[in-house]
Amino acid sequence: MITAHKGEYVEIKRVILEPANRSSNVPDDTRRLPYVARIGGFLLEEEAAVGTTVTILTPAERVIQGQLLAVNPPYAHHFGAPVPELLTIGMELKSRLEKTGGEG
Amino acid sequence: MADLSYAAVMARQAQIIKNAGGPDYDQFEFGKVGFDYEGMMASTGYTLEQVREIQLAGKTGNTPLLELTKLTALVRSISAPGKGARIFVKDEAANASGSFKARRASLVVYEARKRGYPGVIAGTSGNYGAAVASQAAMQGLKCIILQEVYDSRGFGQPEILEKSRACEAYGAEVWKLTVGPELFYINLLLLEQTGYFNASLYTPYSILGIETLGYEIGSECLARFGRGPDAVVITHAGGGNVTGTARGLLKAGCNTTRIIGASVDLRGLHMASDRDFNRKSFTTGHTGFGVPFLVNPDRTDVPRNAARALRYLDRYVTVSQGEVFYATEALAKLEGLERGPAGNTSLAAALALAREMDRDALLVVQETEYTGAGKHPTAQLTFARSQGIEIRRGDPRENIPGQNIVIPREPEQLHVEEVDLDRIRRSYLKNVLQRNSVRPADLTPEDLIYLAQEVKKDQAWVEEVLGNG
Repeated sequence: MITAHKGEYVEIKRVILEPANRSSNVPDDTRRLPYVARIGGFLLEEEAAVGTTVTILTPAERVIQGQLLAVNPPYAHHFGAPVPELLTIGMELKSRLEKTGGEG
Repeated sequence: MADLSYAAVMARQAQIIKNAGGPDYDQFEFGKVGFDYEGMMASTGYTLEQVREIQLAGKTGNTPLLELTKLTALVRSISAPGKGARIFVKDEAANASGSFKARRASLVVYEARKRGYPGVIAGTSGNYGAAVASQAAMQGLKCIILQEVYDSRGFGQPEILEKSRACEAYGAEVWKLTVGPELFYINLLLLEQTGYFNASLYTPYSILGIETLGYEIGSECLARFGRGPDAVVITHAGGGNVTGTARGLLKAGCNTTRIIGASVDLRGLHMASDRDFNRKSFTTGHTGFGVPFLVNPDRTDVPRNAARALRYLDRYVTVSQGEVFYATEALAKLEGLERGPAGNTSLAAALALAREMDRDALLVVQETEYTGAGKHPTAQLTFARSQGIEIRRGDPRENIPGQNIVIPREPEQLHVEEVDLDRIRRSYLKNVLQRNSVRPADLTPEDLIYLAQEVKKDQAWVEEVLGNG
């Protein structure tokens, strides 16, 4: 069981709208899902387990309640891998410009 | 205790927006459908000179206008004799938060502080979130940003994950939301609960902030070349970028500059669909915003949107995702400028448009954006591939949004597709009448003048369309 301690940076989850209460203006694949927010902040309880209801102090210094999702979750986005379909574009274009002498 | 249900909060919109610093929009209404647009813009009380001063204090504006000589040479090498305009780019990545959105945010946050609000709230999936957070940080205000980030599986596009991270880096409380238009609801609810200022993208302050961008382009071209640009290409989504830039160009005296909007073609993908959410590689600057915001600019979080692109557009084109990635790669490899793909939408269009224009013509691409993890072709294409999108070199005309991304084989294949603006103007007029439950015969003479201005046509054209409707 993962637990968080007071003052640690955590992420909580709040269900803002249950499926039945959502806008009528959304397609079917979306309407059967709850509308959910994740918010980061500092845990106010002494200790809490992931999955339990907790309170956090946000960077805007507001107190918000929600379900504890993760402790100090990493930023997982990255640069990805070099893309073969892009890798040769630079050489292709440079060789074209060399042929025209760089002047159109 | 206030009713917090979706319907109840949405019904309190007018009052909440008013309390959150919005102008009293009712005072500008006239006739059956009209409103005093210029009166609303003037009601902010700021001159362009004041806005420039506020922005410079906010580490924003006076960005360089760079000539792209290699890309110009490339375009000329594939153009008919005498064709191939000089291409310039306004390097907006040099603003405080790395995009032109700092211009919008600076004035909004300045106004919020001046009027004594403790904080600001903005709902946005674009670079505007980081811009508001950055300006709030330097002006000492609290900041809440609402972003549509995840699908129901908890997956988010790398570009939007980066934009969320940037908001947190600038000290904002960030609500990372699942897919849905209910962002408006939570936006209103938080405005009501916090008493913060509504930093909507669509207030007059936000649009005035972009006028400096058009003004700088216009006045620099006049000083350097003795004339305004022949055309400016502007990435179009919610309409603010087109509206503010075009107004700024007019204020610089560039009355004949053609205003060309460009969006990434994502037609066929539903913007509020949990399934389609991660089948697109661009989170803004695309047709999913661009077209609906032209047909109904007031479909937003304020009663009257100050971004009204149909008033200014001379031409509207789309490009494919693959063409934007190609242009991004060309900018890095030939010009030595590594910038974010979303900001290069207008560049991709410009590479095609410049071929039609004379060699001595000046074509300005009016923005760049910062790049980094997530906001980069390698990140976005790696993610797209993981979502089952086919990526290949080929003819960009084979592009099918949500199914493939076709990277052009040759620069000759870069092209734009025309969006029929007259068709959009007709849809706009039809929509105005429908929404207001008004028949053409009910319109006042002032309404007709207003509608003609709204669609950049003469009154006779509007009357003919309404008569045939």
